[in-house]
Amino acid sequence: MAEDLQARGAGGGLRVETEPSMKNITQKVVPVLNGRLDITVNIAGKGKPLLYLHSAGGYYWDDFLDSLADHYTVYAPHFPGTAPGRPNDIDLVDNLWDVVLAYDDLLDGLGLDKVNLVGHSFGGLLAAELAAQRRQSIDKLVLIAPIGLWREDAPYTCASWCALGPDEIMEVLFHDPAHPRVVRRMTPPAGEEAAALWQVHFIWTLGCTAKVIWPIPDKGLKKRIHRVTAPSLVVWGENDKLIPPVYAQEFGRALPGSEVFMLPACGHEPPLEQMERLRDKVTGFLGA
Amino acid sequence: MKIACFHLMPYRDLADDFEKKHKSAWFSLPFNAVADPNKVAQYFNHTLDELTYAAELGFDGVCTNEHHQNAYGFMVNPNMMGSVLARATRGKDTAIIQMGETAVFLNPPIRVAEEYAMLDCIAEGRLIAGFPVGLGGDYSYSYGMAPIEQRARYYEAHDLIKKAWTADEVFAWNGKHYQLPMVNIWPKPVQRPHPPIWVPGNASPSTWDFVIKNNYSYCFLTYFGAKGAEHMVKGFWNRAEELGRDRNPYRMGFLVPVGVSETDEQAEADYGHAAEYFYHKGLHLPEQLLAPPGHMTHSSLTHLITKRPFPPFEELKTMRFPQFNERDFVVCGSAKTVTERLLHIIKTLRVGHLMILPQFGSLSHEKTMQNIERIAKNVMPHLRGVWDNEGWEDHWWPKTCKPAARAAA
Repeated sequence: MAEDLQARGAGGGLRVETEPSMKNITQKVVPVLNGRLDITVNIAGKGKPLLYLHSAGGYYWDDFLDSLADHYTVYAPHFPGTAPGRPNDIDLVDNLWDVVLAYDDLLDGLGLDKVNLVGHSFGGLLAAELAAQRRQSIDKLVLIAPIGLWREDAPYTCASWCALGPDEIMEVLFHDPAHPRVVRRMTPPAGEEAAALWQVHFIWTLGCTAKVIWPIPDKGLKKRIHRVTAPSLVVWGENDKLIPPVYAQEFGRALPGSEVFMLPACGHEPPLEQMERLRDKVTGFLGA
Repeated sequence: MKIACFHLMPYRDLADDFEKKHKSAWFSLPFNAVADPNKVAQYFNHTLDELTYAAELGFDGVCTNEHHQNAYGFMVNPNMMGSVLARATRGKDTAIIQMGETAVFLNPPIRVAEEYAMLDCIAEGRLIAGFPVGLGGDYSYSYGMAPIEQRARYYEAHDLIKKAWTADEVFAWNGKHYQLPMVNIWPKPVQRPHPPIWVPGNASPSTWDFVIKNNYSYCFLTYFGAKGAEHMVKGFWNRAEELGRDRNPYRMGFLVPVGVSETDEQAEADYGHAAEYFYHKGLHLPEQLLAPPGHMTHSSLTHLITKRPFPPFEELKTMRFPQFNERDFVVCGSAKTVTERLLHIIKTLRVGHLMILPQFGSLSHEKTMQNIERIAKNVMPHLRGVWDNEGWEDHWWPKTCKPAARAAA
């Protein structure tokens, strides 16, 4: 009898549309995995290449990316299945290893020998994995509140975000849900249809990203992270209620020589809640 | 017309203020916070007694189902219940309907092929094999599997189970989700090539296609009443026609909570609390827990979010018994009224397998037994002959079970 329950789905919503930007964002579709999968990459800016891997909430061109594009050529791919119009691409990757190899191929497809690599949350896990796999191509590594390690005293699971209702998402994700950048990101677009599709995209994106990390994102990074050779910066919001900030130290320990940087008055979304401080720290760390 | 008795096995004694104190009756509700193990022991035995009594009084089948980590209904292994029922009804024509053991919850899924085969042996060929896709929350939150793979695993598990039942040779299975070097199940089902297959669902078009193409029987399990189901069931029959299937009513099952009283006026006193308990407490859960992100296909999700075919759960909290009864969420009243309303549902939806839920929410064992008796004696005889004049054969019923004697409608 509960079967019609399951047709009802998760609530909540993160903004899908890109914010108005001064930058000219172009898109490039890059075949990977021997042509089985196409990855859509958003590209903007000038300077040395920087690969940015988005969180489980999906690709979103925010002020942080916009500011990085002042200094670097930013490449921001959509995770498979989350690019507009190609939801079933998620069927073409089965596990985390497939995804790491897809991004490894992506660097070749983009012709990038050396990149700075920045990942946020879910994208932080992917960035750490890629940095462990493709050592020679990663110049510097920035992990913003990455998932992927596990402590018994600080458990989190995919349910920690996938099981949240709309109000809980605001409460758990942000230190200040009223922050203007948060409000802009979390307000559905005008119009019933557009708002519904925005919600569909958000739920689907969570579903796609969850595929390779369900039910607990501890998928063995601890056995591979020692391979990372790139100088690394780990950034965490001091008030992160989703992934406990104690993991900042955990990643710091796992990445010898890395720098750990804590952001005050900040939850799990530093690019929204502490954009300026984050930008200054990251650009300072990466250098020109 | 076949009439089966369905049971959810809920926790029947949640406190009046339960839904105010707890966020959910599902997944995140700690057992020790609300439940008394001794009461639960009693519920399981009451449930078995109630279903056995239904079989004694002439229900054509008894149905059990599988859910996890909730107060709503927690027969975590329906086959354990089914095997007791199979034994208790030995020598009768009662079908043992498992709605069912959920293959994708188990690894390897041939465990279901084995258990169903064993159950068909204990039941001496009276098993109906339910193949639920499985509730998304059960699959992903309780059992830790990635939501987006559930349906693909379901299809593969189905193919594997059918082959395990029917293959003469030992075979290797190199699937995308399951790999087995030697598939050779013992026992095989008594029914050859395999027991009848029913698929429960909630109007998902992809499930319809699967059911219709495989020539299975569909069971529409809804909380929102027959009136709300009319449009969806019409969609099923249209699709069946498109795919070249006939309009045999035994392709369609439908579940209804039923309460029979001496008079219509008495129904609210008899079943009001139980119905409100079912909807307000049993279905007390945040909607996002039911279907984790990725559980539904992108197109189904888009349909759901843009069209909103179901009322929001929160709306149920504002409804009281008269509305539940009025809208056919439950069918309660005198035997005459219940008979008329069920006949209307059966004919409107073209239902050949009616599943009656005589125990719902807080309804006590004593009242449930009384209800079962009233349904069996005063309602069922008037429903049996509904499809006789159309002459359909029920291809989805164990051949060993002889049809019940028909009373005049």
